[in-house]
Amino acid sequence: MGDIEITELRKLTEFIKQEFDYDFKNYAMSSFRRRIQRVLDLYKMDSVDELIRLLAKQEFFFEEFISEVTVNVTEMFRDPTFWRVLREHIIPNILLNHNKISIWHAGCSSGEEIISMMIMLDEMGVADKAKIVATDVDKAIIERAKKATYPLKNMEVNRKNYLRYQGKYTLERYYKESGSEAIINPSLLENVSYRKHDLVQGSVFSKFDLVLCRNVMIYFNQTLQNDVLHKLHESLFKYGYLVIGSKESLIWCDIAHKFIVVNNEEKIYKKIKD
Amino acid sequence: MPKFELSTKYKAIVIGGSAGSFQPITQILAALPKEFPVPLFLCLHRLKHVRHGFVEALSIKSNKDVIEPADKESIRKDKVYLAPANYHMALELGHFISLSTEELINNSRPSIDITFESAAYAYRDKVIGILLSGANKDGAAGMEAIHAKNGMTIVQDPSKSVINAMPNAALARTKVDYILSVEEIIEFLLELDKKYRI
Ligand SMILES: C[S@@+](CC[C@H](N)C(=O)[O-])C[C@H]1O[C@@H](n2cnc3c(N)ncnc32)[C@H](O)[C@@H]1O
Repeated sequence: MGDIEITELRKLTEFIKQEFDYDFKNYAMSSFRRRIQRVLDLYKMDSVDELIRLLAKQEFFFEEFISEVTVNVTEMFRDPTFWRVLREHIIPNILLNHNKISIWHAGCSSGEEIISMMIMLDEMGVADKAKIVATDVDKAIIERAKKATYPLKNMEVNRKNYLRYQGKYTLERYYKESGSEAIINPSLLENVSYRKHDLVQGSVFSKFDLVLCRNVMIYFNQTLQNDVLHKLHESLFKYGYLVIGSKESLIWCDIAHKFIVVNNEEKIYKKIKD
Repeated sequence: MPKFELSTKYKAIVIGGSAGSFQPITQILAALPKEFPVPLFLCLHRLKHVRHGFVEALSIKSNKDVIEPADKESIRKDKVYLAPANYHMALELGHFISLSTEELINNSRPSIDITFESAAYAYRDKVIGILLSGANKDGAAGMEAIHAKNGMTIVQDPSKSVINAMPNAALARTKVDYILSVEEIIEFLLELDKKYRI
């Protein structure tokens, strides 16, 4: 990989902020650099300057750029043991005190996490109690999430995860095959509303009992992680739950003390202070 | 003439391995003293769903603490850092580690190239890259990046590797400073340790 210099990245992020009002300044340095390199390779460009020129010239290119720069890798029942803890402890706990449950998938990507959630709730017999909001900064990926149609070859890993999760049935119960694709049963996703939302610049828009923001802040630097945690905190009811990715940590954030660790292995936190 | 050209400038030792590298890695870890002066970063291809057991297996014979870092964890020089299953591990400017679940690279996550290239970017000539046995070409580009920054590159002697594709791929792609058996790699690291203690 040729070296993209930090000064070039800075120039790019400033340009994007100015022209498109997205702020990548505090994305994690080395992965952001790799993403930009990837875009350069993909479009056969030689320099960041060339990229800036193209962004300036062709406005529609920016959406595509966002899609390529963000990391959308996801799976159904990713980290199966987490989903088990959710099923056995967290959801029952929430329903102990509430009749309804509101859930936010922040950074939902192509929707596998939402589908996992709905399957889990469905198998628990509580799907009708749930109101789900799913958001992402990448418009194109939200469309994919809405469509809920996946390459059949992806289903193998999803099925394996579901097995490890020890679901009630088999994953096949929830989709039908059509050519090389798996189409998720649309009725499963009836209670889900999708919208575009930027965690970096967007404002707090509602409050939830459970917020999943897994493997999203991993692409932010610590300054930004800290800022975003404030927003997630504000988006939770008191005693609501926050889940982050299995290798993420928020112990160094300034409001970490407003949460307690419910499950360290699965990175489940509970808001205990406003 | 001394066998190795050593210096105390090094800030990171990155080690990559795949099939056939578990044995050499445990040998190396068993030989290093607890106070070894440079942090080690291990990027080993492993089973994605086996989240537990690997650290423990590597720790058994190691005098040093072997840990799987969390994202953005600060680097401490007395530790051995192991890339977690299914995550890429990068070294960052400012002495910390970042993780990522980007696409597979060379069919691998963690990718040795990512760990090595990020080390070269962050630490320039202060990196030692060691590539062990393996059945693919992951790590070759990373070794090239380390060499390009004047870091040191070492491969396990292909004739003594269980599977030699990975060391050979690196040798084909870039200049390698030393081609060593596992015993010699250990000797090298112990000599380096001595140098820091003078
Ligand atoms: C790796 S995916 C995580 C998907 C899922 N939560 C999981 O853990 O499997 C990260 C997602 O975060 C989104 N993302 C990145 N920056 C964001 C931002 N500023 N606001 C909202 N979403 C963002 C990306 O578009 C991507 O879809």
